[in-house]
Order: sequence, then C-alpha cells, then structure tokens
Amino acid sequence: MSIQLALDGVSRSFDGFKAINELSLTVEKGELRAVIGPNGAGKTTMMDIITGKTRPDTGSVMWNQTIDLTEQDEAGAARLGIGRKFQKPTVFETQSVEDNIALSLAGERSVWASLFHRRSPAEATRITEILELVRLEDQRSDQAGDLSHGQKQWLEIGMLLAQDPELLLVDEPAAGMTDAETMRTADLLRDIAGKHTVIVVEHDMEFVRALDCRVTVLHQGHVLAEGSLDHVSANPEVVEVYLGR
Amino acid sequence: MGLIDRRMGIFLAGLFVLTVAIPYGNLAMSGQPVPSYVVSLLGKYLCYALLAVALDLVWGYCGILSLGHGAFFALGGYAMGMHLMREIGDRGVYANPDLPDFMVFLNYEALPWYWHGFDMFWFACIMVLAVPGLLAFVFGWFAFRSRVTGVYLSIITQAMTYALMLAFFRNEMGFGGNNGLTDFKDVLGFDLQSDVTRAWLFGLSGLALAAGLLIAKAITDSKLGKVLIAVRDAESRTRFLGYRVEEYKLFVFVVSAMMAGVAGALYVPQVGIINPGEFSPANSIEIVIWVALGGRGTLVGAALGAILVAGAKTLLTGWLPEVWLFALGALFVLVTIFLPKGVLGLIEGRQKGQSASRERAAARADGVDLEVRPEELRGEEVKS
Ligand SMILES: Nc1ncnc2c1ncn2[C@@H]1O[C@H](COP(=O)(O)OP(=O)(O)OP(=O)(O)O)[C@@H](O)[C@H]1O
Ligand SMILES: [Mg+2]
Repeated sequence: MSIQLALDGVSRSFDGFKAINELSLTVEKGELRAVIGPNGAGKTTMMDIITGKTRPDTGSVMWNQTIDLTEQDEAGAARLGIGRKFQKPTVFETQSVEDNIALSLAGERSVWASLFHRRSPAEATRITEILELVRLEDQRSDQAGDLSHGQKQWLEIGMLLAQDPELLLVDEPAAGMTDAETMRTADLLRDIAGKHTVIVVEHDMEFVRALDCRVTVLHQGHVLAEGSLDHVSANPEVVEVYLGR
Repeated sequence: MGLIDRRMGIFLAGLFVLTVAIPYGNLAMSGQPVPSYVVSLLGKYLCYALLAVALDLVWGYCGILSLGHGAFFALGGYAMGMHLMREIGDRGVYANPDLPDFMVFLNYEALPWYWHGFDMFWFACIMVLAVPGLLAFVFGWFAFRSRVTGVYLSIITQAMTYALMLAFFRNEMGFGGNNGLTDFKDVLGFDLQSDVTRAWLFGLSGLALAAGLLIAKAITDSKLGKVLIAVRDAESRTRFLGYRVEEYKLFVFVVSAMMAGVAGALYVPQVGIINPGEFSPANSIEIVIWVALGGRGTLVGAALGAILVAGAKTLLTGWLPEVWLFALGALFVLVTIFLPKGVLGLIEGRQKGQSASRERAAARADGVDLEVRPEELRGEEVKS
C-alpha cells in the first residue's frame, strides 16, 4: 500500500492559540479513517490545512509523497483530487439540486470549458445515478435552499461523490440525520473506501463504530491515540478528555 | 430553455417596435409626432439600459457590487469622443487640421501620442472595447487575486472612478479638462445634427442593447453562468470544487466593462459631449439604483430599471429640479424594502398571482447583500 497523505510536524496558531500542534498523521491509499476528538481539537482546522484553505506555520503535508499541499490554494487542492464536505452543510442555495450536482461533476474547470460546456449523455446519466444514490431524485428541480438540513447533508455528499476525488474529507456528515440515515451514510462511506481514500470526522460513536476502521483521536491539535475504536476507547487519556464526558 | 425566454422575448419585441416606431414618427410621419430631441433622449436611455445590463451581469450574477461602472462607460465615451474630435479636422474654431481646438487653446505643439490612430473610426471602435476591458482586467487581476470582496471591493471600485475623474479634470491629461470633448460635427461623414443620423444612432443603440442582453443571457445560461451564481452565493465552496474563482470574476468583469464601454461610445454622439463628470461616483451609484429598482439578476429588469429611472429623472428635473435626488433616494429605499425583486418582480409576480410574502421570501435568498462575512475579515487567510 502506498501513502496517500502524510502530515508531518504541522503546527498552526491563531492569535497565539495553537489550534494544530506538531500534528503528524499518515493515511494510506484507499483507507477509511475516522478522526474523533473534543470540540476545538483542531479536526476542522486539519481539513482546512489539507485543502489549502489555511496555511500551516510549520510542517509539511505531502500528497502521494510528491506534492506539498501547503503550496496549493483551495482550487489547486481540489484539482489534485481532494474533495470536501463541510461541517455546516454548504450547498448552492439558489440553484436547483440537479445544478448543484452538475457543478460538482468531475471535469474541466477553466472559464472557457464552462462557457462552452454541453452536458454529455454520460454526465446526465451520472447526475441521475448520484441523485438516486443520495435519494434526492424527487427533489431534482427544487432549490437547494428549500431542502431540510438532513437533505442538504445528502446533497453535499452527492456533490462530493460527483467530484470523484481521490481523497474525501467528510466533516460531521451525520449531524441532522436520523439514525437510519446515519447508518446508511456509514455504509456508503465504507463502500466508497478502497477505491477512494476517506477521512471522516464525527462525534457520533455509533456511527464511528459502524465505520469499522482505524480511528485517530485528536486533542489540542495533536494526535492523542490511534488504532481500532476498541483500542483507543481503552486508552485512559482518551476516556478522560473525550469519551468519558 | 433557449436564449429567448418569455421575459426576454417580450422585452426584445417591445424594443424592436420602439426602434422602428420612434424614427418613423420622427422622419416619415407628417406633423412629426416624435420631436427630434425625443429621439436622442430615448437613444440616451437605451445606452443607460445597456450599461445597466453590464452591471447586472457582474452584480446580479456574480455578486461583484461595482460602484465604479461609470468609469468604463466614460472611457468608452472618451474613446468615441476622441474620434469625433479628430473628425472635426480643420473645421474647428482655430482651423487646425491636426489639433482639436482645446489643444490649440492650451498651446499644444503636437498631438499627444495616445491621440494617434483615433482619426480612424475602426481604431476608435477597438479602443472603445480595449480601454475599458484593459482597465477592468488590470483592476480585477489585482483585486480578485487578493480576494478583495464585498464592501471593500465596492469601495475600491468607487475610488477608481473617483481617481479617474480627478485625472480627467486636469488639462495636462490631454482630454480637454473639465470641458471635456464637444462640438462634434459628424461621424463617418454623416452630420450629427441631422435627424437621419440621430435616428440611425438611436437604432444602433437599440441593436446594441439587444445584442448586450443576448450576450449576457448566453453567458448566464451557460455552465459558466451557474458557476458565477455559485460564486455569488458561496464563493468559498466554489473554490473547493476546483474552480478558480478569480478567473471567473475576471472574465465577467472584463466582458461587463467592454459592454459598458460600448454603451458610452453610443451615448456620446447622441448627447454631443463627454466630460469628466461622467466619472463622478454619483453616476456609478445611480447605475446600481437602476439595477436594484428594475430587478437584480434578471438582465431585462436592469434594462427596464434604467429606462424608468432615467425617464423619471428627465421629467422630475424638468418640473422640480431640487427634488430629484431626494426622490431617487426615497425610491431606492422603498424598492429595497417593498420590492426586493424590483419592478420586474412586481410585474411578473402579479401575472403569476403569487402571494407577495412568498415572493419576498424567495427574494431574500438572493437579495442585496452588503454584509461582511467574518471569513473575509480574517486577514491571514487571504492569499495573493
Ligand atoms: N480561522 C480561524 N481563526 C481563529 N481561530 C480559529 C480559526 N480556525 C479555527 N480556529 C480555532 O481553532 C480551534 C480548533 O477549531 P476546529 O474548528 O478545528 O475544531 P474541531 O475539532 O473541528 O471542533 P468541533 O468538533 O467543534 O467541530 C478552535 O479553538 C477554533 O476557534
Ligand atoms: Mg469541526
């Protein structure tokens, strides 16, 4: 197995507060990884750093062992094959559900390509497939802003799938979902893993258990423990700062 | 779908009737029911309408609230004005075959280098597009790359037009100082005072407006248009999908500036003068009011707004000149509060029989957004 993503000694502080502190983390190609940790542990900030939104003060973030992601901007990281679902579901509210997927669909991103773009039959099929997968085919022509919170989560997952990225960063996908939907999300992510690399942040332990994967515990911007869920749950430090609450 | 939907179809049909009927009433009917001054006045409105469409393209669809679009209009106007000045030739007061009157008056020895080529009509036409386009490109390149957005962007566009106004007021700039360029005689050999030439200019303005509307519609209907709306509504999200937001903004800003330049170029021969007043910040703000009043993000609404407000201005400044600015301000406030979708939203809402509250709720989603988002204020995330 080759390494997809390697963070090495990454630190980032905001106004003197170290949100990320000497963080090192390796994720293999095709791996499904859960990241857990208390509020403010730096999970979202870690994703910001990987996706070029935030630049670390020190450290490197290597993509496929060759490209340093700290030199990329958001669009650059996305074009390399990194897709992201946000903690607060962010969809294009005034556009239709279908257009949200169409905009996310993998393909040329240049101005000219967009200006002269014609939707190919293959793209149309793919859009329908994704809408079926996230169960929004009935809402296809609805404005995304009219969807419920849970539906927006699904739409954003659909947008992520449409991008067909090598690495998916999924920040708290289960928030606002019913228990059944939460389990469906877990199944979906397990399916995707293997072909894609997936990093999931979640507070819902049922969900993390359902993912059945290696777990990294972040605390104060640093890796506190790593291993199977049972392994990290047995760690007294983890229990103290997070699970025990 | 198609380029000409119902809204666009009705407007273009109306525009066509107007561009045929007005010259006909002026030139061909006995008793001249349409006086000549009305032809030029309406031609001026059509130029304003094109300018409004240009602004709607960037503001309505991409969220770039430019408070300096008057600058692109004025630059297009100056480019055309320079040609008209050269075409006067030796018929000026000082009868100098090369130098326009104001240059003789200011003791110029020779034509400044940047006036060369403007004796040729085609060259002036290229400059009408190139000068506003280039300014928009350079300005946008710096502004969008450094991720200046929202109120800050609006302020620097305003500063841009203000700086240009001050520069053009100076005699040393070589554009006629505060008098600007005027006393034009003819264009391509046609007398600018003649009714036939004026009718042609009016017709061309109508044609340019139709072309501008269709170009803007084609852009906004394309996938690029959807990316623009995505940028308007969730700029950061768009970046994470791999779109280089600054490139999209730059494209639409440059296209819009060129469109504004064409509007200015058609405006100048019809009003017979271009002076630095056209750069005044108030002018640019008025364009925003046209668009807001007509209906932001609808193109046709923007054109309609420009014509309505300009018409109201002509009437009101005739009757009660002191009242105009207050009336304009009041109109703007009332429209933003009661008609967030503008006049077009009112008309179309009536037709569909939709309840006003629903209209308003829908409008709020894409209404006027002058808010500063916290992420924009976090200086450290801004990359250059
Ligand atoms: N751009 C920023 N400016 C200032 N502080 C920030 C910024 N981004 C993150 N922080 C701070 O960094 C810390 C880590 O935040 P982060 O959002 O990464 O936590 P998290 O692990 O995702 O928490 P949660 O589980 O609540 O989502 C927080 O204290 C947050 O306030
Ligand atoms: Mg978070």
